[in-house]
Amino acid sequence: MMRHRKFLRKLLLFLLTLPVFIFIFFPILWLLSASLSTQVELFTVPPHWIPQHPTLQNYMDIIFPNLAASSVPRTFAIALLNSIKIASTVTVICLVIGSLAAYALVRIPFRLNRSIHLGIIGTRMIPEVSLVLPLFIIASSLQLINKPVVLIIAYMSFALPYAIWLMAAYFQTVPIELEEAARLDGCTRLGILFRVVMPISVPGLVSTAMFIFLLAWDEFFYALIFTSTLAAKTAPVAIAEFVGRYVVNITGMMAGGVVVAIPPVLLALIFQRYIVSGLTAGAVKG
Amino acid sequence: MSIRRPSLHQQDARIAWLLLLPSLVVILGVTLWPIISTFFLSFFIAPTGINQVRTFIGLGNYIDMLKDQTFWETIGRTLYFTVVSVGLEIIIGLAIAQLIHSHPWGWQFLRFSLIIPWAVPTIVNGAMWRWIYSADFGALNGALMQLGLIKHYVPWLTLPNMAMPLVILADMWHMVPFVALILQAALATLPEELEEAAAVDGANAFQRFWRIRLPQLRPALLVALIVRTVDAFRVFDIVYIITSGGPAFKTVTITYLTYLNSFSYGKQGTGAALSFLISIFTIIMAFIYIRILYRPEETQ
Repeated sequence: MMRHRKFLRKLLLFLLTLPVFIFIFFPILWLLSASLSTQVELFTVPPHWIPQHPTLQNYMDIIFPNLAASSVPRTFAIALLNSIKIASTVTVICLVIGSLAAYALVRIPFRLNRSIHLGIIGTRMIPEVSLVLPLFIIASSLQLINKPVVLIIAYMSFALPYAIWLMAAYFQTVPIELEEAARLDGCTRLGILFRVVMPISVPGLVSTAMFIFLLAWDEFFYALIFTSTLAAKTAPVAIAEFVGRYVVNITGMMAGGVVVAIPPVLLALIFQRYIVSGLTAGAVKG
Repeated sequence: MSIRRPSLHQQDARIAWLLLLPSLVVILGVTLWPIISTFFLSFFIAPTGINQVRTFIGLGNYIDMLKDQTFWETIGRTLYFTVVSVGLEIIIGLAIAQLIHSHPWGWQFLRFSLIIPWAVPTIVNGAMWRWIYSADFGALNGALMQLGLIKHYVPWLTLPNMAMPLVILADMWHMVPFVALILQAALATLPEELEEAAAVDGANAFQRFWRIRLPQLRPALLVALIVRTVDAFRVFDIVYIITSGGPAFKTVTITYLTYLNSFSYGKQGTGAALSFLISIFTIIMAFIYIRILYRPEETQ
């Protein structure tokens, strides 16, 4: 009797998970299905849930630009490269200067330490829209609009405080006894940082790198305002541009969407065990 | 010990400033300076363009803004988006966290799956939902029609009262998993003894949840609530791609209005005044956040 009830409870709970799975996967499967459909098949009533003539043409059009018919798909591959360059550069810079700052804040006592630490945490919450006008004005006067460097600088405003916050949370978990032992052995402060703390903080550096890369990859607002030409346009802007003035290139938009979603989804799934700790330490990503 | 050599403490302080220097320069340059600069700009009529002349008008932009009905309607819509989306995300996220915590079959797979919507970039999420809501060939119309719930395809995003709820639904797809993951992690760390003791004392499941589990979850709930509120209040990307503010301004939020003023209407002064208001709101929220989570005894 007891076992019977336990089984029923399990079954009931399992049935409750089904709507959650449907909510998660129905939109994704529809996105994948649309990206594999021809334009003709996509424009049918009722919709073909599974394409009857699946094709990779939409992907070919955006990844091998020469074959593409119109101008927007032709620029997609370049925008993707811009995104990779910009997000990687931001990640590397934040990791290097952010981890140094985080170490100082966590392990070196000095005046103002706490105020600076809290100030940086507060900075992370400042929205992009509050900063965009002066950045835009100065970028225009320095003729930096449409150059990748302007996005790299602008992205520092949210990426760097977040990197410092995540690394600070990680350094707090490094046992202080290790550092004290190294100090007794005659190690200098910088020696402790580079030879003792950094090597055992690799997991923290990896998860911080992942979060910063995802943030920079996801960013749209600055990219929309600071870039319009091929020189610096990022992939999210390219996706938005599939919505033309008169027509929407749905097949391109869906295939482009899948391509842009693959790197962050793969990264997040590979590093999933870091995600929850990162979310609770910093709890960000818009 | 020689007298001239700085003490270990002083040496340390020097090294600390050295390590902090690059980050401080960058942060002051890309956040503090722009905020102050925005504040000054908000006292001018500032047409877009490098060589345009600015005219000082004092509080003029703020006064015009407070008199403008569009501004108040936009504040209302932004609060609507924020309260409804964050409220539903917390409630549903908590429910899913509970569900995972009671370990039904496949709970590990469910937790794994939740990462996907969270990791999908906001713009891709918006593009996907835009196509789902499509008036002529969208999945929403297709599914409702095949289930017999509607007789004709409905142009969802042109209906004034439907556009915002549909944007909220798209946002929920992205953010409910975020809330669920945070709360599930917090649930997993709670000690079980308290609830077991309460069960022995005769507390029913609802009382155990309401009186014991929820209070223990309070810090995690507050993190989720504040972070989501700050993010929802500044919503832009998903509105831009799904509705572009339409139909007839029905999904224009405060960030969107700032964007329009600054970059479409050529009124940077007005844009600056609006974005300064957003800064004030954010600073208040950040202050609350720090007060709650970083009480003196908890840092260092």
